[in-house]
This record gives sequence, C-alpha cells and structure tokens, in this order.
Amino acid sequence: MSSHESIDRKNARAMLIHEAGCAAVRAMSPVPGAQARVNVAVREFKFRRRGHPMAAVAEGLRFIGARNRESEFRHVAFVLPLLVYLTVFYAYPVAAMMFRSIHEPDWTVENFVQIFESGVYLQVLWLTLKISIVVTLASLLLGYPVAYVLARIDRARSNLLMILVLVPFWTSILVRTYAWMVLLGRQGIINQFLIWIGAIDEPLRMLNTTFAVYVTMVHVLLPFMILPLYSVLREIDESLLRAAQGLGARPSGVFRQIVLPLSLPGISAGCLLVFVLALGFFITPALVGGPQDLMIAVLIQQQVDLFNWPFASALAVVLLVTALTIFSIFVRALGVEQIFGRTRP
Amino acid sequence: MKSENRPVPRRVSHPRQVNIWVGALAALVFLYLIVPILIVVPLSFSSALYLTFPPPGLSIQWYENFFDRSDWLGSAWLSIWVGATVMVLSTCLGTPAAIGLVRGQFTGKKLINGFILSPLIAPVIIVAIGIYFFYARLGLVGNPLALVLAHTGLAVPFVVINVSATLQGFDDRLECAALSLGATPWRTFWQITLPIIRPGVMAGAVFAFISSFDELIVALFVSGSTAVTLPRKMWQSIRFEIDPTIAAVSTLLIAFTTALLLTSEFLRRRSERLRTTGGSAVGS
Repeated sequence: MSSHESIDRKNARAMLIHEAGCAAVRAMSPVPGAQARVNVAVREFKFRRRGHPMAAVAEGLRFIGARNRESEFRHVAFVLPLLVYLTVFYAYPVAAMMFRSIHEPDWTVENFVQIFESGVYLQVLWLTLKISIVVTLASLLLGYPVAYVLARIDRARSNLLMILVLVPFWTSILVRTYAWMVLLGRQGIINQFLIWIGAIDEPLRMLNTTFAVYVTMVHVLLPFMILPLYSVLREIDESLLRAAQGLGARPSGVFRQIVLPLSLPGISAGCLLVFVLALGFFITPALVGGPQDLMIAVLIQQQVDLFNWPFASALAVVLLVTALTIFSIFVRALGVEQIFGRTRP
Repeated sequence: MKSENRPVPRRVSHPRQVNIWVGALAALVFLYLIVPILIVVPLSFSSALYLTFPPPGLSIQWYENFFDRSDWLGSAWLSIWVGATVMVLSTCLGTPAAIGLVRGQFTGKKLINGFILSPLIAPVIIVAIGIYFFYARLGLVGNPLALVLAHTGLAVPFVVINVSATLQGFDDRLECAALSLGATPWRTFWQITLPIIRPGVMAGAVFAFISSFDELIVALFVSGSTAVTLPRKMWQSIRFEIDPTIAAVSTLLIAFTTALLLTSEFLRRRSERLRTTGGSAVGS
C-alpha cells in the first residue's frame, strides 16, 4: 500500500516535472520533435521506473540544443554559396583593382600624390561632390510633396499614382537620359516650342550644360527619394494628426511638429541613397554634360580607355572612400536595415 | 453659431485632405517624372529622317529598321539571354541566402547582410573596372559568360531583399506542422515554404532580370566588340548616329519594362488575395 502510494507520489512528481519540462520546452522551441522526446523520457521513467524524472527535461533541452546547432549550421550553409560567389566575382576583383592603385608594378603612392597635387583632379572631385549635394537637395524638395500626397490619399489611388513613380524607376537610365537629350537639344522639343510661341528667336543652348546634368540627374534619381519617403510617411498614425488638429494646431504646425520629425528616417535614407548614387553617376553626365561637367566616374572611364589603369584604380579608391565615409556616417546614425529596408519599391 | 464657453476649434480638416498647393506641386513633379518618358513614344513613329517634334507624319520605318538590322536584333537577343541566365542564377543563389539570413542567428550576420546588399549602393563604375581588369587577365572580355557572372553579383541583392520581405511575415508553425507530420525538410521546402514565399521570389527574379537587361556600365567595359548588349548598342547609337531608331528601341523598352512591372504587381496582388483567403480558412 505504502509502496503504491510512494509510486503514485513519484508519478505525481514526475507528472509535475513533465508538465514543467514540457512548458519549458514549448517556450523555448516550437519544434514538435522536442516535446516527443520529452514524452518518451517521461514514459520511460513512469512505466519502466528507469532513469530520473529530470532526465525527461534534460532530454528535451539536449534535443533543442542539438537542433539549434544543426539549424544554425544549415542557415550558414544556405548563405555560403552566395557568399563564395560574391567573394570570387565581386569582392576579389574590386579588391585586386584597389590593390593595383598602390602596387603597379611596385609599391607606390605616386597615383594618389598625382590626384591630390594636381588641381584638375581635385576640381573634378569637388565638382562631383557639389553636383551630388545639389541633386540630393533638389530631389528632397521635389520628392517630399509627392511622397506626402501619395501617403495621404487612399491606397487604391496611391497605388495607381505610384505607377508614375515606378515606371520611370524601372525604365533604363539610358532611355531616360536619351529622352532629356531629345527635350533639351538645340533642335529639341523645348527650343522648338519656345520659338513657336515666340518667346525666343534663337534656340537656347541647354544640352551639354551643367543645367542639363542637374535636370536629368534629378529626374533619374527622384524615385530613390520618393520611395523611402513614401514608406515612412505611410506608416505615420493618422490619429496623431487628428489629435494635433483637435488640440488646435494649424496645418502648418501639424506638418512641422508631427509629420516632419516622424519622417526624418525616410529623409535620411532617401538623401543617402540619392547622394551615394549621384557620386558614382556615369551615363547621364557623359551624355548630357559638357566638357566642363566632368564627374569622377566619367574621368575614371576615360583613364581606363587610355590604359592608365593604376591611376584609374586610384581614382576609384578615392570615390569608394568618399562614398563609404558618407555611408558609414548615415549608418551609424540610423542602422543599416532601416536604409536598405526602405529601398523596396 | 458662435459658442462662448469652449474655444471654437479651427476647421478640422480630414487627414486625407491635402493642401491644394502641395497637391499642385506634386502634380507638377509627376509630370516632370513621366512626360519625358512619354515624349519618346510619338517620336518613334515619326516619318522624318531626323528628330523633330511634332512628327510631320506617322511611320513605322524605325521599328522596321530595328527588326531588319541584325546588329540591333542580335544585341536584343543577347541581352535577353544574359538577363534570363542572370535571373535564374541570382534566384538560385539569393533565395536560400535570404532564408539563411532571415532565420539564422549566427555571428557576423549583419556584416554578411551588408556585404550581400553592398552592390546596390557601391558605385557601379568601381565594380565595373574591377571586373574588367579581372576578366582582362582571364581573357574573358567579349564573352557573354563574363557579363552573366558580373551581372549576377549586381542583381542578387534584389532577390535577397524581396525574398527577405516575404519571409518576415512567414508563420514558422506551418513548417513545424509539415515536419511533425513526417515530411522531409526538402519536401517541406517545396510544398510549404516555396509556395508561400513565391511572390517574393518572382518579384526578385523580375527585378534581377531588369537590372541585368538595363545594365550599361559593366557592359561598356566587359562586352568588348563581340558581346554587344542592347544598352551598349544604344549607347553607341546615341553617341554616334542619332537617328530615330533609338526612339523606337526606347519605346519598346518602356513597353517591355512596364509590362514586366505590371505582371509582377498583378502576381503579388493575386498571391496576397490567395493568402488572405487561405488564412481565414485555416482560422489563424
């Protein structure tokens, strides 16, 4: 009798431990296999009187641990092929190219000395920075109202209007630059129109000017500003705006004190994207800019064509360092996911 | 109408209302975005021998020119082939990587993620000359394989981003259920995971294709004179022989891109609808 009682008590204790263990296992892993293992160990103990009640929990935990290790290994194995691919066909060539700038055929800093001592190359770098800054600010000023309107109207209409942003976004940069050449050219549409309405007598020179570079680059890069801004503005809780209005804020006050601060992450993400892309721009300045609008990417291409490879590599290093510096400043302030997360159209 | 005791709130505008000036400015920017692209379309049907607007008459001579000249058509086919191969390759590499990156907890994950996405933000000219020097040494310049290998690296981030996005809202329990019912991990992937993340995979594949199809800067260096892709051919045409054929090609490209975009949008919406109805049936 007493031995039976003690078995019952032991069983009750085992059941308690079983419950606690299963709860722990369930809390730690939703994988059904872990619970099955625990059940087996408990049954072993209850009916065969083998092992220790804690063995059940230990078994479950061991199973979770092994499983986690195994799945971590699997996750790494999933990423590995891409990692190897990018290392061989992307990172290694770029690294080798950069190495060329200081080692061709022997260790040298000559190429960098040439860049920083000659006023011409510093001027190209400065012009590139200047154009990128102006393009970024212009895209922000033009893109913000668009993103704002898209975020405030209802979803059905904003999805429709979004096509007007996405079609340019996915149309080849070459096609868009060509379109601006047709518009701005000496015999272009704008000149012909202005002459037709009698505003001017002689065609204006617009193509191959800095003005053309600005207009075309802003046009090409504007979607990169609008998309991150839109996704941030869309997430702003409307009730905040209503609350502010109800408390007596003017529309301008609502914008300044609520909408603008909440959209700051989108502003930084958009500005970063546009700025870094503008730094390396090649097609547009090469086609619509004049000789005075030599941006660094165009200079690099010219140097490669002249078989001046080590010097071209040094210029590429300067461009990359500039881009990375600005990028890391933004990332430190924001976090990398936020920036990449917003680029999704 | 005037109330004495409580302050009269100013007219509370509905949050959906937009200031008319902001709306007008946005409308102007929309025009700025879309009109230059649309203006190419009528030009491509021009009967004039040089670019003039408005076109004096209608003609499809420039389309005939495009389809008759083997150099144009050949580069178009090459671009399609390279784009399709890049699409397959980057989807096969990017989809498992996205799964590993979203689910894994391993050390250095953030760094690896940044590395994989870095081609999106790195100035293409840097990647292009790096790859050019690399292939010049291997003697691969002018080989379509070189284009495929280079474009895949640049296209893979689109796949990773799109697949990651669909994985964020993924209910792990569905996989657990399949595994506990005795499915192998392989079968679970094909029958449970892949159908659920398919819209992300397909969107990523489409974007990967477009990114390779439109890519000029790498092609400028790597394609040599034997593997001239469509953007490369257009570049030559714009620089040296401005005639309206390029307008016809541009129009075809705009139509092609728009069609791809609308298709992927349609697929996304359909799968979203299927998923919501499926979800309510399960009762989650």
